[in-house]
Amino acid sequence: MNIDIQRKSALRGWRGVLALAALALLAGCAGTTRAPSDKDPYEGFNRAMFEVHEGIDKAALKPLAKGYDAVVPLPARMGVHNFYENVWDLNRGANALFQGKGEEGMTGFGRLLINSTVGIFGLFDVASELGLDQGEEDFGQTLAVWGVSDGPYVFLPIIGPNTARDLVGWGVDQVFYPLWWDLDDVPLRNSLIALRAVEYRARLLPADKVVEEAALDKYAYIRSAYLQRRHSQIHDGRPPREQDDN
Amino acid sequence: MKRLFAFVFTAFLSTFVLAQDMAPDVLVRTVTEDVLAAVRQDKDIQNGNTQKTIALIQTKVLPYFNFQRMTSLAVGRDWRQATPQQKEMLARQFQELLVRTYSNALSSYRDQTVRYRPFKMNPGETDVLVRTEVLQPGGRPIQLDYSLEKSDKGWKVYDVVVAGVSLVTNYRETFAQEIRAGGIDGLIRSLEAKNKSLAAGKAA
Repeated sequence: MNIDIQRKSALRGWRGVLALAALALLAGCAGTTRAPSDKDPYEGFNRAMFEVHEGIDKAALKPLAKGYDAVVPLPARMGVHNFYENVWDLNRGANALFQGKGEEGMTGFGRLLINSTVGIFGLFDVASELGLDQGEEDFGQTLAVWGVSDGPYVFLPIIGPNTARDLVGWGVDQVFYPLWWDLDDVPLRNSLIALRAVEYRARLLPADKVVEEAALDKYAYIRSAYLQRRHSQIHDGRPPREQDDN
Repeated sequence: MKRLFAFVFTAFLSTFVLAQDMAPDVLVRTVTEDVLAAVRQDKDIQNGNTQKTIALIQTKVLPYFNFQRMTSLAVGRDWRQATPQQKEMLARQFQELLVRTYSNALSSYRDQTVRYRPFKMNPGETDVLVRTEVLQPGGRPIQLDYSLEKSDKGWKVYDVVVAGVSLVTNYRETFAQEIRAGGIDGLIRSLEAKNKSLAAGKAA
């Protein structure tokens, strides 16, 4: 995998994301701690975007993901997944360090080193088999640890559910994701992005049926699950136990 | 024959008594391993036979769940306005919905194993969290935690938290929304309609 990485205009192509992110951050700063029901002040807009997303998903994303699942054999799919995840370990490691978790940060870099070499460009996740497990970290969580509150909930087509803060975090992570660092070979970069999207969607396929069956209101169900999941991730899987109100 | 019957009956009783006295972490482990063993042996369940899966859950899992409590938490503060009949209807419909969803997850079970996280409990505690992880080949472990409360019939699960997402909390907003729109009876009707359409085999 010979990827030409040039940094000179690293932000090109992600300018749109950044502009959006900056906007979201401004909106996010306006909000302080809110009751759960107040976390979605733009619900009307979000529900409309959700419908758009569902349409795109039904017409394009889901069929592509299903095709990928059916055509590509499991070992190859795991290779693809490991390849992207291996590069993400750089982001995970860096974010762990930003959050003051030194040991976890070093684990991330150690994993990247081992999997890029022994794991043949990250195709095999050798590090996990050696017991080097890495917690899920991203820049949205880093911002949360630094004291930035959630901000309003935002649902965007294809990008999916986010809080304003996590949308900013997502944008920043994408900008610093080594695979997208201004690949001057635009077709290659776009192919890599498209494959990532399909691969990502394919791994969500098993959850589809559960959500369809479990939810009375799919939009609200996903919103609640997303917000809970992020809350848990920010606390590294051990959020303080809340007191029930009855 | 009589003796055999007596033996089986005693054995049955003793497991029952045992289950009542089990510590919460032991209870979670026993029930989990029991269910997984049953699924591993049953081709029908693995092939997605919903009826059989639901039957398995009803016999092996439900006795250790407190659905009244689960439902009261999902409904939130409106629970207090509900009449006893409404409470019972709500709990019954919510249970049906969750059992169906859970049965689906169970039939997609393949080669996963469950790892039980270390558990500590202070003497006299009546509300605990038992933490487990589902390990899947080629994927990250999924956190699966159970909230249990001590009752006079032993420990009972009142919430399941998957990857940080509480099943109970996840319904709170929708339930509140339904109650605002159509009262408690409105929520009961929505749940009934949902369960009916699921039973008819289409995911609404």
